[in-house]
Amino acid sequence: MKFSTPGPWLSDDGPDTDVVMSCRVRLARNIAGFPFVGRANDAQRREILRIAQQVVLSLDLADGMFWVDLSHSPARDRQLLMERHLISRHLAEAEFPRAVAVSGDETLSIMVNEEDHLRMQVLGPGIGLSDLMDRINEVDDAIESRLDFAFSQRWGYLTACPTNVGAGIRLSVMMHLPGLKLTGEIDRLRRAAKDLHLAVRGYYGEGSESAGDFYQVSNQITLGRSEQDLLAEFRDRILPQIIEYEQHARQMLVERNPTLLDDRINRAVGILRSAHLLGAEEAMKLLSRVRLGIRLKRLHGIDLNKVNHLLLQVQSAHLQQSIGADLNPDQRREARAKLVREALS
Amino acid sequence: MNPPKCDHCDEPAVVHEVTLKNGIKSEIHLCQEHAREAGVSMPTHQPINQLLSQFVISHSAKARAKSKKTCPGCGMTFGRFRQSGALGCADCYETFEQQLAPLIERAQNGATHHRGKTPVRAGSSVDRQLLITQLVKELDQAVGAEQYERAAQLRDRLRDLNPGTAGNGPGDRGRTASSETAPTDS
Repeated sequence: MKFSTPGPWLSDDGPDTDVVMSCRVRLARNIAGFPFVGRANDAQRREILRIAQQVVLSLDLADGMFWVDLSHSPARDRQLLMERHLISRHLAEAEFPRAVAVSGDETLSIMVNEEDHLRMQVLGPGIGLSDLMDRINEVDDAIESRLDFAFSQRWGYLTACPTNVGAGIRLSVMMHLPGLKLTGEIDRLRRAAKDLHLAVRGYYGEGSESAGDFYQVSNQITLGRSEQDLLAEFRDRILPQIIEYEQHARQMLVERNPTLLDDRINRAVGILRSAHLLGAEEAMKLLSRVRLGIRLKRLHGIDLNKVNHLLLQVQSAHLQQSIGADLNPDQRREARAKLVREALS
Repeated sequence: MNPPKCDHCDEPAVVHEVTLKNGIKSEIHLCQEHAREAGVSMPTHQPINQLLSQFVISHSAKARAKSKKTCPGCGMTFGRFRQSGALGCADCYETFEQQLAPLIERAQNGATHHRGKTPVRAGSSVDRQLLITQLVKELDQAVGAEQYERAAQLRDRLRDLNPGTAGNGPGDRGRTASSETAPTDS
């Protein structure tokens, strides 16, 4: 599997990309008449795959739509898809019939046999949630014209986990919050998030750690509110607060502790330009500081898009794909350091 | 082993406190009502997962009594759901509705009904009438039981479904809706 471009959601062309890197809208749907994935047997899971493949590929959902049968894909390909946020870790690592359909531009992906039969998501740069909502609705309507979804008048779209029931919608944004991290305010955000019924997760979503001060923030309420209501609250009330909170933290650092700030930023550049062994997590953390430095105009001469690109390229599957070989962990650290040194020299 | 009952009544205990002092162990078990009286407050904001597992655990006595019920669609039991956190099929929502409803309500900040998108296939007039009938029944029950918050939510749902049914009095809307759309079996 080969992707020639960085994920389109990883560009700095979207609105508000200063703090919000990318956003995503995901719908959970189940096909009526089948048990949910966790309770289905492999024959039923294969039948779900067959139906989904037939419907998804026969509809004109997007240009260059392709189908990946994950049960027969090498581990590195599955990790590559996960690093590009096209499949979840759960789907990458499961051991039963499952697949993903991805649009040519990688903005649409439809996971089959994840926790629910279908998990369809659209991704975009910056904070363009409204457009994504329109897009996912088109996809949902098109698929729904061919399939009956499990739905009840009281509970709405029925999902395997009752915490997703109702609209079955997850609005999420990937936020870069180095200011809150450096000022130690990130824990306050986590506490506030609970009051706002938000989940704050790591770089790869559920069950993952934050890497390089990147956090995925998403809604937890899915019942009793229309999709448009949920979107409006998330986009107009919640996100601006978090963005302002981060920008305030960055401003505090500039005003009250510029020496510390410059030290962290330039130390990061120093290590990235001279290290000969570099772990993925360390690379993400240092690139995050560089991104902050560029955004605060305290670093010059390093291209922001190059840094964004590196955030993806330093990850294990991408690194091995660019080298064209499987590497052991030591070889990966060496290759990663070389890649970063050359890119930033 | 049966779960401990409340120290003051026969209700299952949901608050448990075990203290060790000078090597002597003492235990306190309270039901929700007596815990409230004793001033033990439950934290209001918790991660959903924690909330769900606590809620499921605290209701385990009731749940156990009902857990013999098996979903006709997939053979799932509520006990198994409690362990895995995932339901087995769409029918589970109906089979375990009584146990699931309070759990979902708490996880969803008090919401009890879907108000979002409806699939075109589910929005047929027959379904709509059935839904209205059901809502009207529930509204009557809620008003009868003086559950005004729930009644207000049901009324909102009815209004969304059919603007023509909106009256002014608390009971009027329900009756208007039932007489205009689908007769109830009262």
